[in-house]
Amino acid sequence: MVTTFYAAAVVAVAATVLAIVQKNVVHGLLYLIVSLLAAALMFLALGAPFVAALEVIVYAGAIMVLFVFVMMLLNLGPQAVDQERRWLPRRTWIGPLVLTLVLLVELIVVLASPGPMIAQSIGDPRHVGIALFGPYVLGVELASMLLLSGLIGAYHLGQWESERS
Amino acid sequence: MSAVPMTSGLIVASVLFSLGLLGVLVRRNLIFLLVSIEVMLNAAGLAFVVAGARWGALDGQIMFLFILVMAAAEVAVGLTLVIQLYHRMGTVDADAASMLRG
Repeated sequence: MVTTFYAAAVVAVAATVLAIVQKNVVHGLLYLIVSLLAAALMFLALGAPFVAALEVIVYAGAIMVLFVFVMMLLNLGPQAVDQERRWLPRRTWIGPLVLTLVLLVELIVVLASPGPMIAQSIGDPRHVGIALFGPYVLGVELASMLLLSGLIGAYHLGQWESERS
Repeated sequence: MSAVPMTSGLIVASVLFSLGLLGVLVRRNLIFLLVSIEVMLNAAGLAFVVAGARWGALDGQIMFLFILVMAAAEVAVGLTLVIQLYHRMGTVDADAASMLRG
């Protein structure tokens, strides 16, 4: 478990460094996805499987899809295919391949080991849910208000330009 | 209580946070600024989960959930602003918006 944590930490730091030095936004986003997956593995090693699943679903899934979607909106035009061809030479694959292979090997080791690798889970979803709707119910309400205001703000800001043009 | 020592977990979180801060300070592309902010928020959440695992409490994970919600709302509004800036200025350079007078 400790080894899993440290290996995932190394992958996360390396992927984050690579993410913030990329010239291409899409490359940076892909490295950031690797970094978030490594963070999910760190959460798993820390005994928080629910948070690890949420990290994969919400961060690496939904938020990154939002980023990629905006990139697609910004890159409209016929030169997009040439740009894509220019963006993806062979050597582009090496860095992500090494990092994700480390993560895959780690995941296989975790799954194949006979001992309880993710034992002592201190937060299965049932307990987290009970705590969320017990002492933290006001926080949940505030979070829902924040999400609603984010939704309205994004809708308003996006609507305005299309009405002007 | 987790077998991972809290010090190393917090060091990892600090390193990730510093990388995000470095990205915010160095990069001028607005998308990369948002990415770096995501890295910083993720590092803060990692610190919460590490602390929660140290004391065997659920509160760290619940704080991570709130950070997740905040990051989602922030990214939605931020990316919409990036699209607006791109439509108006034709660039995603952060310095292009130094005069916010419309």
